[in-house]
Amino acid sequence: MPENTAQASNEALLDIQDLSIHYITEDGTVRAVNNLNLSLKRGETIGLVGETGAGKTTTALGIMRLVPDPPGKIVGGRINFAGEDLTQKSDAAMRNVRGKRISMIFQDPMTSLNPVIPVRDQIAEVILLHEKVSAAEALAKAEEMLLKVGIRSERAREYPHQFSGGMRQRVVIAIALACNPELLISDEPTTALDVTIQAQVLELMKNLKREFNTSMIMITHDLGIVADICDKVAIMYAGSVVEIGDKYDLFRNPKHPYTIGLFNSLPDIEKDEDSLKPIKGFMPDPMDLPSGCPFHPRCDVAKPICMQAAPSEYVNVSENHRVKCLLFSDTTGGE
Amino acid sequence: MHKFILKRLGMMLPVLVGVMFVIFTLTYITPGDPVMMILGDQAAQEDIVNLRAELGLDQPFLVQFGMFVANTMQFNFGTSFTTGRPVLEEIGFRFPTTMQLAAMSVVISVLIGIPLGILSAVKQYTIFDNGATIIGLLGVSIPNFWLGMMLIILFSVNLGWFPTTGFETPMHWVLPSFTIGISSAAIIMRMTRSSMLEVIRQDYIRTARAKGQKESKIIVSHALKNALIPVITVVGLQFGLLLGGAILTETIYAIPGLGRFMVESIQRRDYPIIQGGVLLLALVFSFVNLLVDILYAFVDPRIRSQYK
Ligand SMILES: Nc1ncnc2c1ncn2[C@@H]1O[C@H](COP(=O)(O)OP(=O)(O)OP(=O)(O)O)[C@@H](O)[C@H]1O
Ligand SMILES: [Mg+2]
Repeated sequence: MPENTAQASNEALLDIQDLSIHYITEDGTVRAVNNLNLSLKRGETIGLVGETGAGKTTTALGIMRLVPDPPGKIVGGRINFAGEDLTQKSDAAMRNVRGKRISMIFQDPMTSLNPVIPVRDQIAEVILLHEKVSAAEALAKAEEMLLKVGIRSERAREYPHQFSGGMRQRVVIAIALACNPELLISDEPTTALDVTIQAQVLELMKNLKREFNTSMIMITHDLGIVADICDKVAIMYAGSVVEIGDKYDLFRNPKHPYTIGLFNSLPDIEKDEDSLKPIKGFMPDPMDLPSGCPFHPRCDVAKPICMQAAPSEYVNVSENHRVKCLLFSDTTGGE
Repeated sequence: MHKFILKRLGMMLPVLVGVMFVIFTLTYITPGDPVMMILGDQAAQEDIVNLRAELGLDQPFLVQFGMFVANTMQFNFGTSFTTGRPVLEEIGFRFPTTMQLAAMSVVISVLIGIPLGILSAVKQYTIFDNGATIIGLLGVSIPNFWLGMMLIILFSVNLGWFPTTGFETPMHWVLPSFTIGISSAAIIMRMTRSSMLEVIRQDYIRTARAKGQKESKIIVSHALKNALIPVITVVGLQFGLLLGGAILTETIYAIPGLGRFMVESIQRRDYPIIQGGVLLLALVFSFVNLLVDILYAFVDPRIRSQYK
């Protein structure tokens, strides 16, 4: 194991190419994810940032192959995970990936646990599915996982309704990490929690991630969380990643007009609050995306070409920082 | 939990007194005179007055009711006006038949309704689901007596598979149980289906999928237990309806049960039998409701913790 981690850490653990996911409904086709590109190395944490409806959850469900079908369909692209394309895997093969190699923490801890099953058994379930252990060993390991997330063994037999929101999310984290997955997808794991609990849960996730050396996709719209725990950031708009890069590069030198808009709309205590400039307008309806670049109706610096052509290529800003915007494609390298 | 059960048993008392009041009032105001029924049209006036006094029917309403309650509390239900045998005895040997019929119908309706409901939900909008919906609608809307007669014509008269009347052997049990059970099966199926559809949309089902669990296992060990909670209520309520259904069905199939006996007793104005019979049925129904609440707690830990 140790000798190939060095080699493995150079190649991407996850490499999503041109992923498109549509929800085909009676009212029309919702183009939730459009030609999305994303890559992640082993041990890395990437923040997936974007406003509501940008397609973050859909992307995550796509990686898990859990997009509800109908109406959802992966209509194109590849999801390469450790060298294998997940979109081509059979359902049975995917079941061996889910919970074992890729885990997901969902948005709302209040509803993601089964109300009629003791928490310990809900953790043991995933262990029994993927490890060759007896039921008793699985239960013992489940209690160990609960201890790791700070829940005492006496409470292991209790039911979800006996726990607070923060504790439930700890249980969900314990389920997700029980089989030591290579990739953990966290879909806004703390938005439903109050601020102090948020900080505790994030701290816990940071420590466990370090302990297990898990790669992580952290879905959030909170740039503070990104700054706190991520190595990389991907900015998502209307179903695709418009800018991706090393956290420091991207925070210091945002390029895409949408990214710049996001940073400008953050309140900054050091500056005068009048300088707050939210992006004008709203995210386009994914059922009816504008022609050209989907951001052009809200963009202050859009050129005539932006209304006709959508950018398809990424432009390197620096070695670890790329942007998808026509403003940069003629003068490669930006500036 | 024990405390809860004791409390619920205690609460059954006022319910039963209420039932007694209603049933007593109803028999009191029903036209028709039991004394005339017993003695016939040609009876002498003196005999009539004597029997009235003997049966306590000459007392004012409240006195009669008070006596009825007092007697009932001592498990003294009186004697049948027509046969002169104790009510408990008359009811006692017919009651097991009716209970058996109702219980078998519940089992049939649960065994048909729940699996079909689950399948319908899992295969929503497929031919199977649509077919089950149509059959279910028919099952609910067809009246019991008509269904009973059709089943007799088809399976007894034409095919000769089952006997037409009576209740002696298990072969006799099949048609009446189905007659009563089918409409309940349809209701339980619809309830299971909608409850199941609700549950499989829940986040925790997605969590189970994210663990890599198999779909069939998700249905059985994650969805079903949650989906059954509302179904249990419906089954409990159905049991009351099934007891009612037994009355008609026993008449159609000439089954010597409590239901048919009650119908006959009403025609004969045999007040003690009617009162005792209704009281017994109410008692059974209350017990079934208690059982439903206990089952609830068994299935749902959130309710269990409320009971403490
Ligand atoms: N089951 C579905 N059927 C139809 N449309 C859907 C479905 N799920 C999501 N969508 C649509 O797909 C688009 C992307 O949704 P998604 O949930 O991925 O956004 P998100 O970035 O996670 O948003 P949020 O920050 O609010 O969680 C939205 O327009 C949404 O309405
Ligand atoms: Mg989301």
